[in-house]
Parts: sequence; C-alpha cells; structure tokens
Amino acid sequence: MSDRQSSNAYWQANLKIIYICIAIWAIVSYGFGIILRPMLAAIPIGGTDLGFWFAQQGSILIFIVLIFWYTARMNKIDAEHGVDE
Amino acid sequence: MSQFTLNLIVIGASFALYIGIAIWARAGSTAEFYAANRGVGPVMNGMATAADWMSAASFISMAGLIAFTGYDNSTYLMGWTGGYVLLALLLAPYLRKFGKFTVPEFIGDRFYSSSARIIGVVCLLIVSITYVIGQMTGVGVTFSRYLEVSNSTGLWIGAALVFCYAVLGGMKGITYTQVAQYIVLITAYTIPAVFISLQLTGNFLPQLGLFGTHDASGLAFLSKLDQLVTDLGFRQYTGHHNSTLDMVLFTLALMIGTAGLPHVIIRFFTVPKVSDARKSAGWALVFIALLYTVAPAVGSMARFNLTATMWPGAETGETFSAEPITLEAIETSPDLEWMRRWQLTGLLNWEDKNGDGFIQYYNEANAANAPVAAIVEEQGLVGNELTTVNNDIMVLANPEIANLPGWVIAIVAAGGLAAALSTAAGLLLAISGAVSHDLIKGTLMPNISERGELNAARISMAVSILVATLLGLNPPGFAAQTVALAFGLAASSIFPVLMMGIFSKRVTKEGAIAGMIAGMLTTILYIFTYKGWFFIAGTNMLPDTPDAWMFGISPASFGTIGAVINFAVAFIVSRMTQKPPVHVQELVESIRVPRGAGGAIAH
Repeated sequence: MSDRQSSNAYWQANLKIIYICIAIWAIVSYGFGIILRPMLAAIPIGGTDLGFWFAQQGSILIFIVLIFWYTARMNKIDAEHGVDE
Repeated sequence: MSQFTLNLIVIGASFALYIGIAIWARAGSTAEFYAANRGVGPVMNGMATAADWMSAASFISMAGLIAFTGYDNSTYLMGWTGGYVLLALLLAPYLRKFGKFTVPEFIGDRFYSSSARIIGVVCLLIVSITYVIGQMTGVGVTFSRYLEVSNSTGLWIGAALVFCYAVLGGMKGITYTQVAQYIVLITAYTIPAVFISLQLTGNFLPQLGLFGTHDASGLAFLSKLDQLVTDLGFRQYTGHHNSTLDMVLFTLALMIGTAGLPHVIIRFFTVPKVSDARKSAGWALVFIALLYTVAPAVGSMARFNLTATMWPGAETGETFSAEPITLEAIETSPDLEWMRRWQLTGLLNWEDKNGDGFIQYYNEANAANAPVAAIVEEQGLVGNELTTVNNDIMVLANPEIANLPGWVIAIVAAGGLAAALSTAAGLLLAISGAVSHDLIKGTLMPNISERGELNAARISMAVSILVATLLGLNPPGFAAQTVALAFGLAASSIFPVLMMGIFSKRVTKEGAIAGMIAGMLTTILYIFTYKGWFFIAGTNMLPDTPDAWMFGISPASFGTIGAVINFAVAFIVSRMTQKPPVHVQELVESIRVPRGAGGAIAH
C-alpha cells in the first residue's frame, strides 16, 4: 500500500510540473507569438516587434529551456520518491 | 573544376561515408534492428532524431515557405519544434519505460486488443507512407538538379542507397548514418546562411542578422525588407494577414502531429534509460533549433536578395532608384548564370511581356495600391514578368543568388539529399517494424523465430522502399500537400490514443478504437472534401478557399479538430463500457515510474 501511495504522490508531483511546462509552452507560442502579438507591438526589436521575435525565434529557445528544466526537475523528483533508475 | 564535378565529388563522398557506416553497424538481432539494442546515448540519439525529423520539407521547402509569406508562416517554425516539448513531457519517457519495439505494440497492449493494434498499424502505415512519398520526391528533384540525371534515375539511386544501409543495419545502421547525415545537412544549411548574413547585415550569426541592420541602407533589415516588398505590391513581410484562429489551429496540428509521428517516437526506444528519453528530446530540439532558428534568416534574406536582383536599386537606396534588371543581363551575365540554370528545371521563369527589354518583378494583383503603380504606368507594364518562382529554390539556389563559391553549392546539394534520405530511412524502419513485428509476428505468425522475424523485417523494408519509390515517381499530390495529410492523421489518430493510454487508466479498448477511427475518418474526410478524393484534382466537393472552409479552418489545420474528436469519442465510449482489466491498470502504473526500465546493453 505504501508503495502505491508513494507512486501516487510521485505521479501528482510529475503532473504538477507538466501543467507548469505546458502553460509556459502555450503562452510563448500561441500567446506571445500569435494571439497576444498586438499587445506586444509597442516593444520594438530589430525592425519589427516582440511578438514576431517570439514567433520566429523566442518560442523555440524557450522550448529548449523548458525540456531541460523538466528533465532536471524530474530527475530530482524521481530520486526523492525512490523511483529513479 | 566544373560545378558538376564538384557536386559529384561532394555527393559521392557523403554517400561513401553512409555506406561505410552501414557496413560497420550491421544489425544481427531484432533488438538491434528495431531499437539499436537500446544502447544509443541521449546526445547521439538527439542528433539522429534531428536528422530523422528534418526532412526534405524542412531543409528545402520551409525557408521558401517563410520567404514568400513572412510572419504568417511562423506556424511551421513553432509547430515543428513545439512538438518536442509534448514528446518530452507526455510520451517519450513512458513509451521508453514500456520497453517494446513499435508504437502499435503499445496500443495493442495498453488497450488489450489486437484490433486496436491493427488499427494502430493502419494509422501508422497511412501516416508514414504519405510522408515517405514527399521524401522520395525531394530526392528525385535534388538529384536531377545537381547531377544532371533525370528525376526517375535520381529516385532509383536514392532508393538503392537507402536500401543499402536501412536493410542491412536496421535501427542501428540508420542511427549512425543519421548522425553523419545531420552533420552534413546542418553544415550545408549554415554555411550559406552565415555568408549571406555577413554580406547583408555584417552579422556572423544569421539568428542575429535577422534582427540586425541592413548594412548598405543603414535600416533595420526587416524594415528594409518590409519596405521593398510593399513597394512592389506584396504583403508586408512582418505583418499578420491570415486568420488568427487558423494560425493557432495549424500550429497545434503541427505540434501534436510531430509528437504523434511513429518514426520520431521509435527513436526514443533506443536510449538506455527513461531519464535519457527526456534528455534526448531536449538534445533533439537543440540540434533541430540550429536549423530552425537559421531558417527564418535564410528565408527573409533570400527573399531580399532575389527581389534586389530584380530591382538593383534596392541594394543601396530606394527600390525604384535604378532601372530594373534587363533581359540581356539575365540571358548573358555570368553573375546571373544561376537564373538560366534554374530556368531549365522549370522552377524559375521570366517573360518580357511588354517587350521593353527589362524584366519587372512585382505583384500584379495588388500593384494599383502600391508605389509600384507609378512604374506600371511609366514603363507600360502588362503584368509581372518574373513568371515562376518556386518556393524550393530559396534554399537550393540561395548560394548562387548570393554568388557564393562552387563548393558551397555542392555542399547544399549533399545536405538536401542527407535531409531527404535520413527521414526516408527512419520512416521505412517504422513501416517495416509495423509490418514484421505487429502484423507478422504479432498477428499472423506468432511462433516465428528471431531469425525469421529479422528476415521478415528486411523483406518488408525492401518492399517498402520499392513502394515508396514507385509512389515517388508518380506522386499523388505535391510533396507539401501529402506531408500536411501525414501531420493531420498523426495528430488526429496516434497522438491522442498514446496520450490517453498513459494519462488515463479509464480509457477502454472500445473507447480507444472508436476514438482513433472517429479522429482519423473526420480528418481524412475534411481534407478530401477540399483537396479532392485522394488528392485527384477536380474531385473536391467544395472549393479549397477560406470562405468555403468550415469556420475558416483550413484542411491542413483540421488535425487539431480531429484530435479533439478522438479524445471526446474515446472518453464517452469508455464511460459506457467496462473498466480496463486489472493487469492493464497495473501496466499503466508501471510505465508511469522510471525504475526498472531494463538496463542498457553495451555494444
């Protein structure tokens, strides 16, 4: 039973981090890159605006950071819950 | 040395390298053939995944798609990278823990049903075969252009090469050749981009050059480009012109489609540990981003260079400060030899419609509202005289447009081939795995021996290559269209069923089967309604225009809606049917934790 509880707690911890990552993933691409672009139009960057930068470069860079951050967090959580390899 | 000899040497050397690797990495067991013995490190797997993933469409077509549309086609950049976040978070680690060889195998086990497995095989085959057609067409085009052979000869040479290393080496051979192919393709993509960025903006890094200053005019490069194209009546490059809803849905369809592509997913079966699968997705995206952050620079700079070639005044001053390019220059100038060469391929063409000796390039549909109207009046223009500019030449002709040395051109040719061949090999492996492992061993002949299965895998690989080549000779639509279909289907059938299999214990076999069928059928129907049955021109039931699309959703974006339908149907049907058996619920528990994934096998 304790095993089951520990793996439940582990799964909840994992889901929480997934929610955070998915939120950031959506905000930088669909948000800043597309839907919210008009709101960022006032912030100029190299001949265009911040929304264009997010759509063509920024979102990709943040995706990379997200995956490595998720990996590092999960390695820590795996170890804390004793389910690492 | 002639350009042809140079091309031959560079392409020949790259092929010799791939074949050498294939011989060194022959597969001796099914574990090696399907999953390279799970002994590929995360960084190396990331590099192989990047080559597997970046196809002829990424290498040859994407920069051109961005070049002629600008901001609106940022969808490809975000869509084809954002999928890796979904893979790392939602699929790759769990499927690696599951520890089998193919995607349908997971579907069959998790949904305790060989019918579900067979439907998984059907989805996989449709997705992978449509995708591989695009790759083979890309191989044919690149070969015919650079090695002066016919399109079909080029295809057969490419097929023979893939046959060598894919049939011999399986996943193991493919992995190591893909690493080599990644290096070739990224070098080929980056070198011209660096040169061009230096020429135009003085920035060594194209990523900075894109947002840098255009040296000759002192304006921001993107402002200069916006000005140049709007002067000629084209849409503003950085502007948002299409429907926001469709842009969101299309990006989402590309992202979940990417995460649902079987040939990408199986790459994560090759790493030793679950944590390596997560890390490997990150590395794959790093290697992909090296190309994807350069692509928008290549697109915009190639667009600028091409347009400024036609209107030389734009180089240093106002667009119309000098006369347009003359027909005589295009037909005789050594600097413009590339135009004559590309005219032969049919991808570029011009016509002096008003017979004034100049070739004027502008957007005739919108000329009246743009500064070019004055020129139309003054020079008596009767229409745009650069009559054909194919998207694909933006990358392939890029080094020539910028007057780069011959060896750069040869490397670009080798890079285009590497991109198409590496993706084709990955797809063929996914196809042959589904046939030999899921159909033959899983369903038809469960008692087949290890040797027998390995032979079956090789034979189905050879047959797949033959089918792909024949389809590549007579492509059912142009490459980009078939790729859009593949993404729509992967998004609407495979991604949802995998995600539900991991994140829900309640989804039943009936739910999964109904969901897959509903998602796939609605997506296929929607695409065929506007694109014609099996892409046959003239058989479409509604015109393929934004006004006719349901809620303005384009056929290429419909995969997102198909995925929503898949999820909804699966949940509703699961509610109405009996809970999955206990052993399946335990399977889900077990794939959710990394421990016990089975150690690495050194090799």
